[in-house]
Amino acid sequence: MVVIGLFGLAPIVWTAVLSFQNNNLFTQGSPFVGLSNYRKMVHDPVVGQAIEHTIVYTALFVPGTMLVGLVLAVAMNKKIRGMAFYRTAAFATIAISTISEAIVFLWLFDPNYGVVNYAFHLLHIPQQQFVNSTSEALFVIVVMTIWGWTGFAVVIYLAALQSIPQVLTEAAAIDGAGRWATFRRVTLPLLSPASLLLLVYLTINALQLFDEVYQTTRGGPLTSTYVLVYYLYQQAFGGQGNFDYGYASAIAYFLFVIVIVFTAIQFRIGRRFVHYRS
Amino acid sequence: MAAEALPLARRKRRLPFSRWHLFLIPAALLLLFPFVWLIVTSIETPAEALHFPPILIPHHLDFGNYRQALSQAPFGRFFINSAVVAVVTVVCNVVICALAGYAFARYRFFGSGLLFVLMMVTLMVPFQVTVIPQYIITKWLGTNVLAGVGINHIGALILPNAATAFGIFFLRQFFRTLPIEYEEAARVDGANRLTVLWRIVLPLSGPALTTLAMLTLLDSWNAFFWPLIVINSQNQMTLPLGLSTFQGAHSTEWTLLMAGNVMSLAPLMVVFLLAQRYFVRSVAATGLAGT
Repeated sequence: MVVIGLFGLAPIVWTAVLSFQNNNLFTQGSPFVGLSNYRKMVHDPVVGQAIEHTIVYTALFVPGTMLVGLVLAVAMNKKIRGMAFYRTAAFATIAISTISEAIVFLWLFDPNYGVVNYAFHLLHIPQQQFVNSTSEALFVIVVMTIWGWTGFAVVIYLAALQSIPQVLTEAAAIDGAGRWATFRRVTLPLLSPASLLLLVYLTINALQLFDEVYQTTRGGPLTSTYVLVYYLYQQAFGGQGNFDYGYASAIAYFLFVIVIVFTAIQFRIGRRFVHYRS
Repeated sequence: MAAEALPLARRKRRLPFSRWHLFLIPAALLLLFPFVWLIVTSIETPAEALHFPPILIPHHLDFGNYRQALSQAPFGRFFINSAVVAVVTVVCNVVICALAGYAFARYRFFGSGLLFVLMMVTLMVPFQVTVIPQYIITKWLGTNVLAGVGINHIGALILPNAATAFGIFFLRQFFRTLPIEYEEAARVDGANRLTVLWRIVLPLSGPALTTLAMLTLLDSWNAFFWPLIVINSQNQMTLPLGLSTFQGAHSTEWTLLMAGNVMSLAPLMVVFLLAQRYFVRSVAATGLAGT
């Protein structure tokens, strides 16, 4: 009986949950419109812009987060006093929600009263419009999301750094390698699995950017921060009476293809550069 | 003598503390600044907040913003909703993922291979791809089966996340690293499969179960996209969604917004600071699982 419970019940509950996740297509079931949604997408100028913004965002956010995470993790891997405090400062961003993060950064980057503009004022940098500017809004979102993901990146790199046996770096030092050479030739290659993981994981998340755009710019000013998922949301649930599930689904599938292509390319590149210790 | 004195002299000229502090102190301040500024603004008067140059230390503690924010939006209600959704989601995940993960780890049954592959496929699909059908199903469930899991009920935030492919996969991988001899011995002694899972396997799986619980908690507590789509009445909102609509209504009342923001992020931040070790270990485990 218990066996039946385990084999019958668990998969049933679980397949029930799965059925939630897997029913991709039936929105497009009827009436069939063939490829017209996809054709519409090709001719939709906003889709083109959304793709461009998504790619630009990803190209800035992913390397930015990885670099910040790597530098901080290396510094936080030392055995010095006060390290618990430093690490907590970095880790705390793990617990903050995207919405809280977006609202704080809106305030920090407020064009009239924000502290960032005040800092610019002190440094004699001209005042900026930030999220009110078509050319700057996306960069503000890049900055806030890098901050929001810092904790995650530091944790991953720190865990990887701590798993590196000291013998290896010591051996390099004995062989006459300087600090930089040791880092470059020994530590960095040993971190490559973590780098690949971050690259893939952050890219997938970057391509799915939504919360911060919704909370700060709603795609604006004009269409300067439209990204794919935000456009998808607008089409399906956007409150402009759209409810265009078919079109939104087409965008979703397009996003899916992009995610797969990016991931595949990264793993392929990874195969060449990643060193696994066995 | 001279050769020995030289390094000593050089050490004297060094800083009395590690040079890494020179980098880490500004870095930590920069990382913490948004949090600090958030709290500072939340206890300022609007006039202080809009002062230029900014007032870095407010003249007196003023919790008026908190009182006002609470009177404008039911943050207590948001907190309760978030807590209910998070606790139920975490419990469901741990229980279901443990059962299913154990089945996949130790037993071959009809279709187990296929089921496993199907499950892994759902791991690769971005949430946005499935969100529209999920919405339709939720709508249907709400009208035809149980209102509590339909549109505009917090049940709709729990059910689709009650078990995740990641959780099942994660626990399966962990269970497979346990020595099977204990389980076989218990079976020989007449224990049934559930007893083995409950008394042998789960007690050995504390770290893995904690990891799953922590990651589920973070995901559930900070979820935004799905709640935004299925919830529209205020008394069913979770903290991120409630905060988001609160901002919509008070977009430039910064002091009020920051007070609401502090109340929204404080609960999880407190839990995080108390259990930082476990959270960090959990997040690191996703990294190790992936490498």
